[in-house]
Amino acid sequence: MSRGARVALLVVGAAAVLVAAPLIGPIPLPLRALADPLGSDAAARILWQIRVPRVVAGFLGGAGLAVGGAVFQAVFRNPLATPYILGVAAGASFGVAAVARIGAGVALLGLGLSSWAALAGALLAVAIVWMVTRLRPEASTSTLLLAGVSLNFFFSSLILFLQYTASFADAYRVLRWLMGGLGGADLSAVLQMAPFVVVGIAVVLAFGRELDLLTTGAELAASRGVAVARTRTVLFVATSIMIGGVVAACGPIGFVGMVSPHICRLLLGPGHRLLLPASAVFGGAFLVLCDTAARIAVAPAELPVGVITAFLGAPFFLWLLLRK
Amino acid sequence: MGTLSGSRIEVRDLGVRLGEAEILAGVGLSVAAGELLAVIGPNGAGKSTLLRAIDGLLPVRHGSIAIDGRPVSDYRRRELARVVSFVPQSGAPADGYTVRAFVEMGRYPHLPTWSGLTSDDRRVVDEALELTETGHLAARALTTLSGGERQRVSIAAALAQGGSILLLDEPTSFLDVRHQVQVLELLGRLHRDGGYTVVAVTHDLNGLVADADSVLGLVGGRVACSARPAEVLDAEVLAGIFSSGFRLLPGGRHGLPVVVPARGER
Repeated sequence: MSRGARVALLVVGAAAVLVAAPLIGPIPLPLRALADPLGSDAAARILWQIRVPRVVAGFLGGAGLAVGGAVFQAVFRNPLATPYILGVAAGASFGVAAVARIGAGVALLGLGLSSWAALAGALLAVAIVWMVTRLRPEASTSTLLLAGVSLNFFFSSLILFLQYTASFADAYRVLRWLMGGLGGADLSAVLQMAPFVVVGIAVVLAFGRELDLLTTGAELAASRGVAVARTRTVLFVATSIMIGGVVAACGPIGFVGMVSPHICRLLLGPGHRLLLPASAVFGGAFLVLCDTAARIAVAPAELPVGVITAFLGAPFFLWLLLRK
Repeated sequence: MGTLSGSRIEVRDLGVRLGEAEILAGVGLSVAAGELLAVIGPNGAGKSTLLRAIDGLLPVRHGSIAIDGRPVSDYRRRELARVVSFVPQSGAPADGYTVRAFVEMGRYPHLPTWSGLTSDDRRVVDEALELTETGHLAARALTTLSGGERQRVSIAAALAQGGSILLLDEPTSFLDVRHQVQVLELLGRLHRDGGYTVVAVTHDLNGLVADADSVLGLVGGRVACSARPAEVLDAEVLAGIFSSGFRLLPGGRHGLPVVVPARGER
């Protein structure tokens, strides 16, 4: 199959998932509900006020996580590097967990305090890694990787501490939130998350060539004309804004960010000018697919989507790896 | 191959520190446009650091580096990349990229953010592949190449950058004899016929050093000698640089002697 055909397959497959997902659920919906977005009957309300926003949130979240993964894998030159593994998601989670523990429900500039806390946590984690790159310019990518991994453990231990000292009910709420899920994703959640993800992805897309060069090594990239320090800074900030926004809305959902870029690389090659948008489309559709499975697997109850992502994704990824 | 006008390099009293360690001190050199300078010296003498400093990749603590009379620190990164290309010691290649994609990355300093390669860019890439005799490898993945092929592809990517200065870090190390000769011939073509200014760090005394216009010997971060190959390929001079004995035999390139290590003689 040619690369063009694979791109077409990806786009058509993603579109099919996005159209089908809102129609699937514990309550079957007639197709005519689609035609009437402002309708007042139950079917139209379920479709347009609950399921469609949730699908959009899933798509945005998956796209943001996948693009964040692609960026970190290139910058750290490591196939396992993702914002999730390098403490960015843990930083964001810590922010949200801390707000949940304190129990503040203040809204600032239209965003809930937990969104700001997630953003602050993500930026804090990235700022620490960034400082390592500035204080030790000669630090290798494996040093950065180690710094990120220890940050992940650091924030995870803070989260554990918050949970341990919380009341039973609060601890459970934090735990449930840490599993990740789109259950609370309504229209306002979509509107809160969208700017972070859209701006983050737009910035990252402008750096496709730089990411290609960074995978050949920071020094060679610099020699070829990339302003490495500035590029890394912009990419780190854009990614952490993106991840902060996603984590605030859906919790730390793992695996999507690591596996989506790899699957797209296997299908379409490593060039980032194609890989980044492809990862966004694949990651978005993949998370929507997993969320749909999470909604119907034990209906009328729901599974946390984090349970599904790796359960569906890991065997598929293993199959792709072995097939090559 | 069109002949370049070349660029000249002047380094004065260069001092570089990495952390606490002083890597280079008081290093001066000058390479005229179109010349080939070979940099020799024992391991850890600062040879690779010198190349990186000329390419503006390291903070310079002392002294100055100028290309065509303009300090390297005045160039913007992209601007410098259009003049100077660096061919590092062959390391692990980037996973998954094809040879053509890798060589195309060399065009980076010429490309605006959103547009693709122009037909001009493609022509330069094709020429670089042709010049290095790697055209037949264009569709291959980098990871499947042999050491000699990888070295030539690495040079092709540097040529695609379109500069007139090539800095090479041990271009013939780790290659078998045939591939060494191929790379030497390629460098000879580039510098003699192409007009490139070439600075190469090397341990290849009988090949690359003999072909050079001038030779810089570094010991412990300082210049131990700076002379023509005929003066450097001398038992006493080499013994001073490498702290090891050498014997000279007749019959080297360009009427120069062949130097061989003399074991047990100092």
